[in-house]
Amino acid sequence: MAWLRGIAVVVGLVAIWQAVVSITGVPEFMLPPPRDVARALVGDAALLAGHAGVTLAEILLGLLCGTALGVATALAMAAWRPARDWILPVIVASQAIPVFALAPILVLWLGFDLGPKIAMATLIIYFPVASAFFDGLRRTDPGHLDLARTMGAARGTVLRRIRLPAALPSLASGLRVGVAVAPIGAVVGEWVGATAGLGHLMLHAKARVETPRMFAALIVLAVIGVVLYLAADRLLRRAVPWHAESNPAQD
Amino acid sequence: MSVVPGASAPSIATISAPPFGLKVHAAGLDFGGAPLFEALDLALAAGSWTCLLGPSGVGKTSLLRLIAGLVAPWPGTTVECGDGGPLRGRIAYMAQQDLLLPWLPALDNVLFGARLRRERIDGTARERARWLLARVGLGEKLAALPAALSGGQRQRVALARTLFEAQPLVLMDEPFSALDAITRHQLQALAAELLHGATVLHVTHDPWEALRLADRLYVMAGAPARLRAAVVLDGEPPRDVGAPALARRHAELLALLANGKREAA
Repeated sequence: MAWLRGIAVVVGLVAIWQAVVSITGVPEFMLPPPRDVARALVGDAALLAGHAGVTLAEILLGLLCGTALGVATALAMAAWRPARDWILPVIVASQAIPVFALAPILVLWLGFDLGPKIAMATLIIYFPVASAFFDGLRRTDPGHLDLARTMGAARGTVLRRIRLPAALPSLASGLRVGVAVAPIGAVVGEWVGATAGLGHLMLHAKARVETPRMFAALIVLAVIGVVLYLAADRLLRRAVPWHAESNPAQD
Repeated sequence: MSVVPGASAPSIATISAPPFGLKVHAAGLDFGGAPLFEALDLALAAGSWTCLLGPSGVGKTSLLRLIAGLVAPWPGTTVECGDGGPLRGRIAYMAQQDLLLPWLPALDNVLFGARLRRERIDGTARERARWLLARVGLGEKLAALPAALSGGQRQRVALARTLFEAQPLVLMDEPFSALDAITRHQLQALAAELLHGATVLHVTHDPWEALRLADRLYVMAGAPARLRAAVVLDGEPPRDVGAPALARRHAELLALLANGKREAA
């Protein structure tokens, strides 16, 4: 059912796209018809795959680093009070700086290779992961903590055996957001300065007015994003099976 | 106590050490800026079951939490064990909510105290946890996550976890009040049987429950709250709630509770 719905949505979007092209008569170099983009997808398959591989690597490495840093920060803040008092305001304030504004600086510092893109993706993933996980670590059921105290638990044990597992559903929420925004970081990094990747390919195609190729790259990027999200969602669901879900539409 | 097939005594006993009495003296506690009680005394006899009755919000739970070391009382408050030993590490606490950890199967929830204390969990400990779950009627549900259990079953697991702790002092805060009548009746009998010999302080708002289980019961009333004269009950718990003598006691108790409420108002 979900698959059918997905296909129906894709077909519907393509139909709207075609209708817009036919009705408005917009020039092809601005909005090419689906047919041209499909041709670009097939004809440039090898080229697209190569650049997609680079972008995917940036996203995955960024996810890895961002998640590791976010989880470590949240744990440090939960385990050690001074860490929270000093780190939390810095993290919150840092969110006022648009990550995009950092991209040129990162390129300046880290060069044109994978480095700045991974750094961008890491930065963009770090905050949702750290804040969601820390929030989860803070909101442990006080009843469980009371129980642990009467049972004579050590503080470290409480963190490991109660706070940490209780915060996993929150961490999963943060990771879902992280996976959804990770491609943004990678592509912005590529726009600022790159020699490969889908973002680089798009800029390159734009300069040569190869609009169908631009759209083809965009579609590949969207597919990567959706597939990553669905995979992460499935994995996370399996990792926290006790987390009950209810459907607000069925209330 | 009833004999269960396959139950070999010492490793399976529900109390690890001889029970001790408890004396709470000159207890005072604030709640939301106002004194909940002050200069309150309470004595629990070793190995006896004491129920604390009273209207909601009077401070029963707070008194229990004070003894459990979960809230800081006024200076001058003393809580002394009858045998002169420390209280820390010798209590088991059971709340109205089952407080099961949702990610652990029933068996691991029963073993949770041992995990928290970093005790080695060997075959004997596992065997005891299994035996306790079987005694509360969940021998088939060892691997079930709490979400897969009914409210009554979850509270049974919580009872098994409390019993697994095998502590000489057991503090229970309305442990059966969220259950349906039948389940409540069964669990009361089970608790009376399995906690026999331990010193128990049991907070409840149900006079029938107190009459069924307690050796001695206090009514807590007023603001700041005081403990009213103890009612001493004879006969072995769990008592038959159909007995006429108990019905008379129930009527007296209701009058006492209503009186306390009027005083507070």
